[in-house]
Amino acid sequence: MPKSLTPRLMDLKIEIEGYARAFGLDFFETVFEVLSTDELNMVAAYGGFPTRYPHWRWGMEYEQLAKSSEYGLSKIYELVINNDPCFAYLLEANAEVDQKLVMAHVYGHNDFFKNNFSFKYTNRKMVDEMANHATRLRRWIDKKGVEKVEDFIDVCLSLENLIDQHAPHIKRNPDPARAKEQENVRAEGFKVDKDYMRPYVNPADFLAEQRKKLETEKHAQKKFPERPQRDVLAFLLEHAPLEDWEHDILNVVREEAYYFAPQGQTKIMNEGWASYWHSTIMTTRALRDHEIVDYADHHSGTMAMQQGKLNPYKVGIELFRDIEDRWNKGRYGKDWDECDDLRARRNWDKQLGHGRQKIFEVRKHYNDITFIDEFLTQEFAVEQKLFTYNFNDKKNQWEIASREFKKVKNKLLQQLTNFGQPVIDIIDANYENRGELLLAHKHEGVDLDPNYARHTLKNLASLWRRPVGIVTKVDGKGLLMRHDGQTMVEKKVDL
Amino acid sequence: MSLRIDQDHSRFKQIVRGKIKQNLKQYVQQGEMIGKKGKEFISIPVPFIDVPRFKFGSREQGGVGQGDGEEGQSLGQGQEQPGDGQGKAGENEGQHVLEVDVAIDELAQILGEELQLPNIEHRGSEKIVTTKIKYTGVHSIGPESLKHFKRTYREALKRQISMGTYNPDNPVIIPIREDRRYRTYKLQNLPQTNAVILYMMDVSGSMGDEQKEIVRIESFWLDTWLRHQYKGLESRYIIHDAVAREVDRDTFFHTRESGGTMISSAYKLCRDIIKADYPISSWNVYPFHFSDGDNWSADDTRGCIDLLKGDILANVNQFAYGQVESPYGSGQFIKDLREHLGGDERVALSEIADKDGIYGSIKDFLGKGR
Repeated sequence: MPKSLTPRLMDLKIEIEGYARAFGLDFFETVFEVLSTDELNMVAAYGGFPTRYPHWRWGMEYEQLAKSSEYGLSKIYELVINNDPCFAYLLEANAEVDQKLVMAHVYGHNDFFKNNFSFKYTNRKMVDEMANHATRLRRWIDKKGVEKVEDFIDVCLSLENLIDQHAPHIKRNPDPARAKEQENVRAEGFKVDKDYMRPYVNPADFLAEQRKKLETEKHAQKKFPERPQRDVLAFLLEHAPLEDWEHDILNVVREEAYYFAPQGQTKIMNEGWASYWHSTIMTTRALRDHEIVDYADHHSGTMAMQQGKLNPYKVGIELFRDIEDRWNKGRYGKDWDECDDLRARRNWDKQLGHGRQKIFEVRKHYNDITFIDEFLTQEFAVEQKLFTYNFNDKKNQWEIASREFKKVKNKLLQQLTNFGQPVIDIIDANYENRGELLLAHKHEGVDLDPNYARHTLKNLASLWRRPVGIVTKVDGKGLLMRHDGQTMVEKKVDL
Repeated sequence: MSLRIDQDHSRFKQIVRGKIKQNLKQYVQQGEMIGKKGKEFISIPVPFIDVPRFKFGSREQGGVGQGDGEEGQSLGQGQEQPGDGQGKAGENEGQHVLEVDVAIDELAQILGEELQLPNIEHRGSEKIVTTKIKYTGVHSIGPESLKHFKRTYREALKRQISMGTYNPDNPVIIPIREDRRYRTYKLQNLPQTNAVILYMMDVSGSMGDEQKEIVRIESFWLDTWLRHQYKGLESRYIIHDAVAREVDRDTFFHTRESGGTMISSAYKLCRDIIKADYPISSWNVYPFHFSDGDNWSADDTRGCIDLLKGDILANVNQFAYGQVESPYGSGQFIKDLREHLGGDERVALSEIADKDGIYGSIKDFLGKGR
């Protein structure tokens, strides 16, 4: 069972927390718990939480973690939850230097959770919420049976990625009162104070045009939904003929998906930031002489690049360091961008010393996409040996495709957009006037996997209880896949 | 200690084994982790259930990686994407990849537990004796080659201190003849069990890469288990199409021949090898034969059965035949064997439909404890 800190670990915690605070990190109260390897694997399988609803997929994660730690292939270093207070776990068997490293790393994450804008709307009492979800689902299992509930969760999981990741930050649907006002303007023309101005402010042909527009828009409103809906799960919650228990479960799955979404949006930054801080705290403050070799070994293990893999820890920490260096030396702005004298660039140092301040700003206002887009420079890509790869059909192998900066950056951004998932909207919930649900895949150069799409449509059809379809492109041609729960039909369409 | 997650874990395992929730069976896939056995890499199977989602076809997508290499350099063959750069949403654990030896004995134990395999009853074990040298002590006389340097030095030190000729400021130790110490040994008779696996594989045109992969994985596990049961296991490899020949391990798994199949040719060679090198009185013999079940003629099949009945079965612990499903094979051979030899407990037959079938098949082969 989880143990609280030993007096020695408590001393370390106080020490590290002091360093973190002195560096200006701003974090929630942190609660460390000490776990055995098995327990840590379990908590990791639960996505960091002590309790989740019963489902086989935690067992699947656990099997992988347990096997890989049993064979000594990998081990979990740190595990931290975005919550207030912030919970983090320490592995009982770790050496003291590792515990220090993990603590320093955790304070980095904790600061990031608290300050980065992406996490602004996440539930900070998620540990309790997860426990409530577990209770709710257990109750439904008691009433409806394990098989039935689990099968339904499986279906929900298959649609879990169909959320609108920006939804917490913006209003998609316009405020009805404002819409009404706009409508008036369109029908009557702009408000006029002096009557004689009317023909000039609202000329007749302008009015006619506006009325015509209004007419077509009203026509469009008969479509349902009025505009494409990215949050498919929310739409299903509102409009699919679900039973109460199904509704409740889908709601749980959706809520948890939204809770985890910001972590997916900031993986590189979050790990980079935490690594930057464990490195800074350890090497300038916390490390004792006899611990240096072990620390260096473990730090480099976490930062290791594997052939063909992008390590978010590595890219993140290097980018933060690069930004700090550039803002320290004033390597930004118009003068820097327009300078093409290589020698001047190499020796460029305005001694500004804004680096620390800048990276604190960056950790607040950016997510992975804007972070990469703004700060990934050509020099950085070359230094970090970044490349793109793709599949060579003829040789049946993966190959390094290019080291060209533009291509690398574009590919990276593309991979990060919508978590590297296809962008899919509901465009019609009454397709062909038969109550069928129609989705559209916004094709940006990469086709959907047809086999996965077929099975996913089948699951969607079982929720909607009517046939469902998706419009996409395959090999550059429009394709409608329609599934009625039994069979799938493919039809060519013009886009 | 029991954990809260045990219930989820056992449910997952049951799904993978196809005991519950048949509807998910179609999404079960075999992943692997790479471990190291000495210098060889070994694969540890990790099954997972891939819930369908809207996602990109992975081969079209490609990605961004980091590291050395020229444009066009290979990053690895086949299906798996070298790493998709993004973790599953919400995971925050840092993983540190270590390279560690996996004890092969441990693997075998896990395999045994997992499949509930019985331990094999050795035979002829009392009769077979090997001599082993065991160092048992230290003596003041002996051959120079067995000189025990540390003990000799210690004796010299002791002597010099007691005689008062040892000077800590100038610590020179000179052993004289009486200081010398030598290791002594005894010869011990150890009962030893000898075993040999004879792998036979059909390499005719109909056995494709996928079928061979199945044979390769299965023989790895058979090998692991038998090695766990017998110290000093030997392996011999026979490939055959219309004729059979003995080859080394590497050739065995990588040859692709074409042409017809005469299984009897392999059985004849197998019989000859057993007769020449592995007398039943002192060896545990395990022939394993893998084929897609397409034999040249009914006559040849009859020949095989005669060979088995007449010569081979009497001289082996167990004869195992595994039939790998192939789009080209008729799969007749196993039916013939079952008809004529199905009742014989020295014969183990198994059909392997695909990679998932390996699990059950190992149990068919090793479950009898012979």
